[in-house]
This record gives sequence, structure tokens and C-alpha cells, in this order.
Amino acid sequence: MQKNVISMLAVMAVAGTAISAGTAVSAETLRWSSSGDALTFDPHSEVDASTRAINGIMYERLITRDPSLNLVPGLATSWEPIEGENAWLLKLRKGVTFHEGQDFNAQDVVFSITRTQAPTSAYIKLMSSIASVEVINDYEVKLITTDPNPILPAQLTSIMIMDSDWAEENGVVEPQNFTTKEETYAVRHANGTGPFKLVSRAPDEQTIMARNEDWWGWSDHSGNIDTIEFRPIANAATRVASLLSGELDFVLDPPLQDIQRIKGAEGLKIETVPEVRTIFFGMKQSAEPLKSSNITDVNPFADVRVRLAVNHALDLAAIQRVVMDGNSFPTGMLTSPSVFGSTPELDAPYGYDPEKSKALMAEAGYADGFSVQLDCPNDRYLNDEKICQAAVAMLARIGINVTLEATPKNIHFTKVNDKDTDFFLIGWGVPTLDSQYPMEYLLEAGGRANAAEYDNSQVNDLIGEIRKEMNPETRLDLIHQAWQIARDEAPYAPVHHQVISWAMVSDLDLPISADNTPRFEFAVKNAN
Amino acid sequence: MRYLFGRLMQVGLVMIIVSFVSFSMFNFVGDPLSSLLPEDATAADADRMREALGLNDTVMTQYGRFMTNAVQGNFGISYRLKQPVTELIASRLPATLELVAVSAVIAITFGVTAGVFCGIRPKSWLSKTILSSSLAGVSLPTFVIGIALIYIFAVTLQWLPSSGRGGTVDLGGWKTSLLTVDGWRSILLPAITLSLFQTTMILRLVRAEMLEVMRADFIKFARARGLTDRAINFGHALRNTLVPVTTVIGMNIGGLIAFSVITETVFQWPGTGLMFIQAVGFVDIPVMAAYLLFVAGLFVLISLTVDLLYFLIDPRIRLS
Amino acid sequence: MPIPMKSQMTMIDTDKTSRLSRFLDNDVVWSFTHSPMAMIAGLATLFFFSVALFAPIIAPFNPFDPAQVMLWDGKLPPAWAAGGQSQYILGTDDQGRDLLSTMLYGGRLSILVGLAAVLLGMVLGTTLGVISGFAGGLTDVVIMRIADVQLTIPGILTAIMINGFGRAFLPIEYHNQFAIYFVIIAIGLSDWPQFARVTRGATMVERNKEYVQAARVIGLPSWLIILRHVLPNVMRSVIVLSTLSFAIAIISEATLSFLGQGIPSTTPSLGTLIRVGNEYLFSGLWWIAFFPSLVLVLLVFSVNLLGDKLRDILDPKLR
Repeated sequence: MQKNVISMLAVMAVAGTAISAGTAVSAETLRWSSSGDALTFDPHSEVDASTRAINGIMYERLITRDPSLNLVPGLATSWEPIEGENAWLLKLRKGVTFHEGQDFNAQDVVFSITRTQAPTSAYIKLMSSIASVEVINDYEVKLITTDPNPILPAQLTSIMIMDSDWAEENGVVEPQNFTTKEETYAVRHANGTGPFKLVSRAPDEQTIMARNEDWWGWSDHSGNIDTIEFRPIANAATRVASLLSGELDFVLDPPLQDIQRIKGAEGLKIETVPEVRTIFFGMKQSAEPLKSSNITDVNPFADVRVRLAVNHALDLAAIQRVVMDGNSFPTGMLTSPSVFGSTPELDAPYGYDPEKSKALMAEAGYADGFSVQLDCPNDRYLNDEKICQAAVAMLARIGINVTLEATPKNIHFTKVNDKDTDFFLIGWGVPTLDSQYPMEYLLEAGGRANAAEYDNSQVNDLIGEIRKEMNPETRLDLIHQAWQIARDEAPYAPVHHQVISWAMVSDLDLPISADNTPRFEFAVKNAN
Repeated sequence: MRYLFGRLMQVGLVMIIVSFVSFSMFNFVGDPLSSLLPEDATAADADRMREALGLNDTVMTQYGRFMTNAVQGNFGISYRLKQPVTELIASRLPATLELVAVSAVIAITFGVTAGVFCGIRPKSWLSKTILSSSLAGVSLPTFVIGIALIYIFAVTLQWLPSSGRGGTVDLGGWKTSLLTVDGWRSILLPAITLSLFQTTMILRLVRAEMLEVMRADFIKFARARGLTDRAINFGHALRNTLVPVTTVIGMNIGGLIAFSVITETVFQWPGTGLMFIQAVGFVDIPVMAAYLLFVAGLFVLISLTVDLLYFLIDPRIRLS
Repeated sequence: MPIPMKSQMTMIDTDKTSRLSRFLDNDVVWSFTHSPMAMIAGLATLFFFSVALFAPIIAPFNPFDPAQVMLWDGKLPPAWAAGGQSQYILGTDDQGRDLLSTMLYGGRLSILVGLAAVLLGMVLGTTLGVISGFAGGLTDVVIMRIADVQLTIPGILTAIMINGFGRAFLPIEYHNQFAIYFVIIAIGLSDWPQFARVTRGATMVERNKEYVQAARVIGLPSWLIILRHVLPNVMRSVIVLSTLSFAIAIISEATLSFLGQGIPSTTPSLGTLIRVGNEYLFSGLWWIAFFPSLVLVLLVFSVNLLGDKLRDILDPKLR
């Protein structure tokens, strides 16, 4: 019997070695992973970053950005404002076909932009300035805006173009609407014009895409990838282990604590770039008392001294060093240095000064502190929950007794969108690379993500002017003024700008970019 | 016959209770309207929706509708993945079943082998070692074993992958990973992790049964008749332990399915267990409710099969 | 009439004391003290319990008080390793909490949850078992059918399910706040059937014995009969079962916490610590996962061993 056990083990061992010797992957397959899968392939029903990044491989925009984030032609070859009118003229690329063979023309542009303005679209706010789209001919369209809109080209980089006939045939003229309780055709099918087309889809498991040989851009893009295999792995440790053991070529979001290890591993490398995404805490400052606080007659956060105390209580350097393993840029501003309107003075952190914090708290009448609940996502930003935990400890030292509520992102963002939170952590990226975008969302009264309920009439007026001002210099001055007021009034407590790190095999050449979007049309494997 | 009838009644009762729990989740957990309506919906919209969803009907009518849909395999759309739940479970099921099958084979092979050995040679040092380490095996939580195996074989030695199913082959809708080398490499660590606990259970049971049988009279007679050790050990002793062992193994399949929830989470194995854990984190109620019904059905089926087997094998039950 | 009644009562009283003393009689003590494994297991369990009990006194820091947590000291290795600091003997976790203190408090939490869950399962199971055995008839059938069905499903799955569904019934923002109660209830509800089964069997045996019949005849209330006659008889089995259930309860709690469905990371239990440590396993911060895993395994092993030996001594027929 003993012999049997041993021979069995021997068989297992032999099988094991035989198995491990037998894997070779074709050179042009790129296997990659990130924590989240696309929620849907419908390009207009979610703004979630994973959904956008993955859809962006198959769908294209009119105007797009290169890896350095310069605006470059996509499905539009040129764009310019029309003198004397609130409108932009776009010339479209000819000879482009969708993956299923339909021709791309002006009708598809009209259709796609109208689709993003449907009530079920996630891009209504972004596209609200467009009053109508006028077809001049098959390859020229005029976008008419309600007011002058200087940043329309930047806004268009978020809008992916669908085929109008395909959408009609498959009953997906409007973005997915859950009231029907049905899955729409566009959830698992994609018909774009992009460099890769969908081969198979198993949500949360594996998505395979193949090179679209007919793509218009191959002549000036060096990419040599034939097949893209995407496998989302939610667990960070498992994701890294898969990269280290050679099952993956590229990980979009390696956990910060593993970056050193990946750098040291043979055959792997790390690429980094500062991300256009800033992480900060928001404090609800409306007049009514906070619902989660022990102070029930007034709102402590309505007092600017309390908000400044919070800012000075946060040891941003410690968060950078310990929580982020050095991979972040502490800041005092809500948007990153590469966004139009940021200055080094505005970007400087408020400064860690617990004594000053305590003094401010006492001055505001909260020498004994108060309690409040902090809402925090736990699967959205780099180490989001750990940042919140660190803040809980730091705020405890100035007497603010914080209860931490860390939830998955969908639940967290429901609270933020409903403005149903007293104290929260969010991060904000800026696809337009212009300050107007974060200001509209975060500072303007009624802004979609302004769960802090910050409402300053001067700032509101400034934002109104920024929206219409076509002179870049005057506009920049207005932007600086608005940011300065926000800094003095501290409606938020900024933490840092995220740093993007991508982990990949050494023989993969994939340009990293500050919008954290992999552009596989540039990817070259086995470059050496 | 009465026994069988009683069992079937019991099965029916269990499924009704479970389906009612599942139904109440669907209808009373949170407000189903809030997750379906757009943020700027008016009260009139809500009323229309309430009517459209049949939320104004009596609880029994709603339950009836739920059951009709459930029997037809319709559990609605997952809140998180926006796909029909039934389709989701169907697409995840092969992964779980394959993992459970491979684990069962490992557990039975090693459990029976080691158990027989410990039963035949209770005094050998190897038996004692195996037996005392089996208690340690029971004390090791599944996830600790999983983490340890990943650390040793995937990270340090880099022999085996740490996650996923590797390559799969589509056999008419059933995606199997058992036909590719990659798939086998991927299944080893999770299957070993999952099987360890059951291996120790089977080992201990087989050993106890063997010890009992070896003391029995017919073994003594066989020995007296001058049969070889080999014939006694395998021809008589092992054969007589098979009945209880088979039934216990049947029950252990249930254990494998239960622990697959944990193993799948550690190894990110894309099966139904991982799907359930993700659904819990997300409060994805359609998925949770459907999984509950599914697992209950599975367990009822397993225990019914085991009972029937017992019924067929052991005449004493038939008589009483 | 009152006089015989009185004598009956005294008889019952002596009967009770004799049972009690028999329960703790020299046989058991002798067997226990003469089994080295049992002694080791008992002492180890005792050690874990006292450490948990006195955690606030022993622990160098209070990791559950955020004001004491120094982020700058995060991720330090054990004191003996390069870069370690002497005040953090086993190093610190990712938030700068002293790992030793966090483990002491976490172990305390794990033991507390385990005890509460077993207590719940025991009280519920014993009560239902006694009712079932004493009442018989339809009550018995209903209770035991439910128990049978639940017994076919492994406890851990039941616990995961009850915990998951319990959470679903509550808005997600209360999950962390009530996590510990969910875990206790989930584990407690998952292991009552075993207690019910054992107690029911013993109850039925006792019910038919002459002295119980006699007690009934003289009109003693059922609860008194149960309390004085039935329960002492099932005590041994219940103690053994509780010990074994306790080991399973600790594993269940750790598993739920590891899956992220248990105790939140602001007040981590051993399972939560292992989950957090698992994230850092690959980056060389082995101590965050290793020490809690070690403690968890040793704790469960001691309790299991103790249960195993107790079973040999107290209740061989449970084998």
C-alpha cells in the first residue's frame, strides 16, 4: 500500500513537470488584466473607468488623444469653430467601416450624439451644451451649441461613435435602460470602428478581441498585436501572482505595495506617469445639521475653521510614504498639474500642523471635538480604504471621532450622487484637461458630484463666465480666481494626485498615458 | 415506499421554504423601485413602475408569479453584471463542477489509500504520523491552506498558476478546462486546497471502518482458511467498508460544494461560489436569491440520491 | 400528602448533587490529568483564553483606538528583522498598528465571537432538542426534519448564506456596525442541529425512565423535570460538542472575515488580519499574514485536540 501511495505521488510529480513545460503563447497575443471588468459594452450607459477603457479598444471617438494626451484626429480629421456662430465644423474620415461592415458617415455622428443626450445616457451633462447636430454632407457635420463652447473638442474625446443602422436593427437606439428589466443587445455585443474587434465575451471572466485588419490607422500605428485576451482579476495579490508566474503580459493596476517586487523580478518592468486624477475628502457644508454627528443643532463643517482644521490635520507626507509607498503627489488642489488652470501655488498642500488644527477647532467651539461618519469607496481608487483609515487616525488626534463606512464603489457613488453623505472620499479625473470640468462637477452649486454642497455665488458666477469665455488668457485668469477662493474656503480636503503604474513584461512596448488608458494600437510585443 | 414518499414530501417542503426566503429577498430587501428608477423620477413614475412590476398585487399572487418564473429559470437581471441570472449561473457552473469533481477524485484516492493503510497497519509509524497530521488538517482553515499553496507553488517556485482556469475548450456550451494543459495546471492548486479537508475526513472514516472490520469474525475465518493478506485486505475487508464509505463520500460532495465558495475566492476561480461572494459584496439580490435556490436544490438532490443509494444497498431500511 | 412530597423533593435534591458530583467525579479528573495530550490541549486553550481576557492589560498598545495609531510606523518588520523597532515586537501592519497588540485584540474578538456563537447554537439546539424529545409527536417531527435538512448542508455554507442574506436585509452602511452580530447569529444558527440531535436522544431515553415517570405522576412541572433530570444527563455530550463547535466557529468567523463578509478592518479579528496580510504577502511583508495565521491555526488546533480528548474521556459513545 505504501508503495502505491509513493507511485501515485511520483505520477503526480511527473505529470506536474510535463504540464509546466508545455506552455508557449503565440507572440502576438497580449494577455492583460485589471481589477474591474467593463460593466457593459454599451458605450453610453456607464462612465466607469474600466468600462470606458475596454470599450475604447473597440469603439472610436471623433477626436481622440495620443499617449501624451494631445488632441489628435479620430473619426474626425479636422475641427474648427465657425466664426460668428456658436458652432463647430467637423470633417469626417472617409472609407471607415464598422466591424460588421457598415460604412461610417455623418448619420452615425448625429445618431451617437443624440444617443448620449437620451435620459438613460451617462453623458447627458457632458453633452448638454450641444443644441443640435446638422449634417452638411456625408462627411461634414456642424455641432451647434447653446452658448460658445471653447472646450467642445476636449469633451468629444469621451464620446464613442456607434453605427445608427446596427443600433436600430438590434433595438439599442437608446442606452441601456434598466426599467425594462431586460438585457439589451449592446451589453455583450460591440460594433465599433476601432483597431480591435470583439471575438468572445464572458463577463468577469474573459474577453477576447482580435485585430481589425481594416482599421484606418494601421499605416501610422506600429502595433503588432493580433489577439487581446482580457481577464479581470479582482484580488490584487492574485493579479500580481499571475503576472509574476507568467500568465499575463500586462497588469493595468498593480497594487502599490508590489511595485518594488515587480521591478526586481526578471523579465518584468514598471512604467509610471502622474495621473490626471486627484483624491480628496469632501465635507458637507449645508446649513442643516449633519445626520451622522453628535452635534445635532448646527453643522460643524459649515464653519470654515473646522474645514481648515481638517486640512491641517492630515499628514499627507505619511500617507504618501506609508499608504502609497511613495507613489503619489500630495496636493492642496482638486485637480492635477497637467490640467489647464493649475499653478504650483494652488497645488501646494495646506501643510500638516496638528497644533494649528486644534487651535482652529477650539476657536470654532469644538475643543472637545465631534463625531461624524466618513463614507469611503473600497474598490475604486488606489488604496482608497487605507487612505480613509489613515485619516480616521489623524482626525482622532484633533478630536474628530470618525466612523468609517467603506463600501463598494456603486453604493458609494449612489450616496455621493444623491448627496446623501456628510463626509466622503472621492477622486476626480479630468478627461478634458481643463479646469472647467472639475469646477462644474465639484464647486458649482448643484454640481453633480458636489456632495459637499459648496455654494459660493462668486464662484458660481466665475464658472458661468469660464464656460463662455473664448479668450484663453482672460479665461485662465478667471479660473485662477475661482480656484483661489476654493482654496481659502476649503470645501474639500485634498490628499494627493494618483500616480499611474503599469506592470508589464519587458518585451512589451506599450506607451503609458496619464489618463490610465491602454492604447493597444501602439502595443508592440517582442520588440527586441 | 412510505419512506420514499416521506422523503419526497420533505424535499418538496424544503424547496417551498427556501423559495419563499428567496422570494422575500427579491421583493422586500430594500426597495426594488429605487434600484430600477432613474434618479429624477417623479412619484407618478414610481406608481406606474409599481403597477408594471405587479408590486400592488397580493403577496401570494406575487409569490406565485415568482415561482412560475423560477421554474422557467427566470430570475431576472443581475444588478451588477446586467445579464440574465440563469445564464450567469449556467456559464459559471462548469467551472465549479469541474473543480468539485477533480477535488473529489483527489480526496477519494488519497483518503481511501491512506485510510486503508492506517487500518491495516495501525501500529506503523507512518500510520501514526498520518493520523496525527490529519487532526492538524482539520484545524487548517481552507483559505490558509490556499494562501500557503499559492505562496509556495505560484510565487516562490513559480510552478503553477495562482488564479483563473487557464485555457478552456468549448464543448457545446460547456466550457471545460480539463482538455488543455494550461487548464490542468490551473486546477491543481485549487483542487488540492479544496480536497484536503475531505481527504482527512475520508481517511479517518475508512481507517475506523477498516479497524472495525478487521476485528470481525469473518476476517478471522478467512485468515484461518489460509487466505493471503492481500486477498483478506482488499477482497474482504475493504469491500465491506465500501457501503458506509460510499454514502459518506456522497455527503462529502456537498461539503466540497460548500467549501468551493472559499476556494474559488482565494484562487479567483470563476465559478458559482466566487459569483455568490461578489454578489453579496454588491447586494446583487437576483444573483443571491437564485444561488440560494440553486444550492438548496443541489443539496436536496444529493441527500436524496444518497438516501436512495442507501435504500438500495441496505435491505434493512427497505424492511422497516 | 405534603410529607411524602417533601421527601420526594429531598430525594431529587440528593439525586441532583450526586449527578453533579458524578459529572465532576474523580474518574474524569483522573483521566484528564493522566492524558498528557489532554493536559497540553487544555493548558494551551486556557492560555489563549487568558491572553484574550487580559489583552487590554498585556497589549503594549490599543490598536482599536485610532488616536494611538501612528501611520509613520506602518509596515515595520518584526523587532529582530532588519529595520524592525524594539517597541513593535512582531512588527506593524499597513496602518501602523502594533501587530502583537492587534493580534491580541483580534484573537480576543475571534474567541468572543466563537463563544457567543456556540452559546447561541447550544442554547437554541439544546432547547429545541429537549422540547422535541419531551413533546414528541408533530413538534418532534417538525423540529427534527428541519435539523436533518440543515445537517446535510455544511455549517460554513449555512453561515455564509445566513450572514450574506442578513446583510442584504440591512442597508449597506450598517454592515460594518452590525457585522459582529451578523457573524455571531450566522454561525450560531448554523450549528444548532447537532446539539438538538444529541439532546433529543438523551431526553427520550430519560423521559421513559421510571423516576421521570414518577416525577410526572406527582405533578412536577415539565421544565423542572427537564432542568433536574434531563439536562444533567446530556451535559457531557453538550460539553464535548460545544468544544468541537467552538473550533469550527472560530474557523467560520475567520473565513467570513477573510471573505470580507465578517469583522471590518477598523477592529480586525484574526481572519480580517489574514485578509489584509494576504494583500502584502507577495511584497515581502510576510509577518502581517503569517503571525495571525499561526495563532489561528494553533488556537483551532488546541481546541480541536481538547475536544477530541474530552470526547474520549467524557463521552466515548459520541465517537
